[in-house]
Amino acid sequence: MNRAAESFIIDDQEAGLFRVNRRAFTDPECLAEERRRIFDKCWIYVGHESEVPHAGDYRSRNVAGRPLILVRGDDSTVRVLQNTCTHRGAMVCRQKSGNAKTFQCPYHAWTYNSRGQLVGVPSEDSYSDAFKRDDMALAAPPQVDNYRGFIFACFDRSAESLYDYLAGAREYLDLVADQSEMGMKIVAGQQSYSARANWKLLVENSYDGYHGLPTHQRYFGFLTETGIDFKTRDMTAPPRQKAVDLGNGHAVVEAVAAWGRPIARWVPPFGENTKAHFEEVRRRFDQRFGAERARRICETSRNLGIFPNLVINDIMAITVRTFFPVSPDYMEVNAWSLAPIEESAEDSALRLDNFLTFLGPGGFATPDDVEMLESCQRGFANREVAWSDISRGMKREHPAVTDELQMRAFWRQWNRMMTEPQAGNVRRVA
Amino acid sequence: MSTDALPSRSEVEDLLYNEAALLDDWRLEEWLELLTEDAIYQVPPTDVPEGDSRNTLFIIADDAVRIRSRVKQLLGKFAWAENPHSRTRRMISNVRVLGSEGENILVTANFAVYRMRYESVDTYIGHYEYKLRRADKALKIRERRAILDNEALRPHGKISFIL
Repeated sequence: MNRAAESFIIDDQEAGLFRVNRRAFTDPECLAEERRRIFDKCWIYVGHESEVPHAGDYRSRNVAGRPLILVRGDDSTVRVLQNTCTHRGAMVCRQKSGNAKTFQCPYHAWTYNSRGQLVGVPSEDSYSDAFKRDDMALAAPPQVDNYRGFIFACFDRSAESLYDYLAGAREYLDLVADQSEMGMKIVAGQQSYSARANWKLLVENSYDGYHGLPTHQRYFGFLTETGIDFKTRDMTAPPRQKAVDLGNGHAVVEAVAAWGRPIARWVPPFGENTKAHFEEVRRRFDQRFGAERARRICETSRNLGIFPNLVINDIMAITVRTFFPVSPDYMEVNAWSLAPIEESAEDSALRLDNFLTFLGPGGFATPDDVEMLESCQRGFANREVAWSDISRGMKREHPAVTDELQMRAFWRQWNRMMTEPQAGNVRRVA
Repeated sequence: MSTDALPSRSEVEDLLYNEAALLDDWRLEEWLELLTEDAIYQVPPTDVPEGDSRNTLFIIADDAVRIRSRVKQLLGKFAWAENPHSRTRRMISNVRVLGSEGENILVTANFAVYRMRYESVDTYIGHYEYKLRRADKALKIRERRAILDNEALRPHGKISFIL
């Protein structure tokens, strides 16, 4: 393991140069280390509380390489359970979603309730007195917590609390969660896709302001065709645009939107007949939060990366996107639309329409992002070119959204976790 | 509309096979001529195949303006996901003329669409639900919905061409 202790980055703050060794994207040993050092240690997004609104509602999904069940128990508590029978291993939940009082393993019919407790074992009298049902409940990650509806799990029982872990990212989650007076919800329909690329390429891409014009020229062409004049917006000087290191590897870019926003920046393609409604929504935000915060919520776009693999892009709609590596050169991606629970049918249709212009695997932008990530991954086969450059804006006092500060924040934390000595490996937990 | 006003299956097959050939040949401007002025093109999400795009996040939900923009983008040089173009080959089968609903003629057909790019072959499997209209003599496409049986776009990653 000497190799994993070598730094993957060159971080020369004096010269203003930042490089990432491409082995981080290609090496299977590096991925094995990431599973142990990153995905088993960090708070990882599992789902949103709105996905299981009623007692017994569940969703099964793969998170950090494990099949998990997100379930609201009969006591209304949302739990995360590990989807494997404690008897011999079969998955006790084999549906993607539904409502259940119990999960019965199809193999030997052990039955668990919606809290994960073992409540039924056929022919239980065959076991010795040492066999206790209480010892055999479904396993659960040692820490599960919820920040404003976003549910995270952590497989490291000694990790700091979710609240502390999120650090500066909480401010930006608040700007999203505050868009509703009743709570936000995940809209029906999951975009399940993939990329033949390393997962960290999507981290970089998700808040990369530099690639916008070259990669997405066709999207900006589409905006112009529909009557949006994005070149007139005032992008000079902070805080109209900024990139911020939020601590613990989280980062954000924030800028006045080039496009319309469902909450609440009206643009001509939304139709003259919706203009008054948008103004009304905006007035309501002014009343709730004051003009300054209302303007920030409504008119700026945010691309937020929560370390290691949660992206919440509050741009022309809000997408929640999470992704996991399957191999160094292949990731699975899941993305959803987040919206206020109380949103009207008309507003919901407008939001989804605006979402699809840019986002998702059939939009006018995301496919080109996937193409670029896959292109990077193929390019990495040139092993002689050992380093990628992430130096942009390093000597600038106020880094812009088109700089790469946000990526450096990610890589510094990633490199720290990948190279720090691991005392935990030799200590045994009793 | 009485059933005798429905097009024959072979007339519908001619339309769908012609459409498949135009799309496979990247003759997208000619493909647009098969659509009505107010056509829509949808690909529902793989987990809610019967969903409504007004309250469900689709993969694609294009109105006529977006369809035409999509074609223009695909024929331009900045749609990087399709520059260079994928090769595609469409197998259309099990064509059924189900009936009519107002002016719409309801048709379904199964599809297997292969996409070849960078020496990978990705297969899109599913069925189409068409709403056709008779305009003058020709059949035109008012609505085409491509409903995937694939459980996810994996390992495809995207639908960057017209499915």
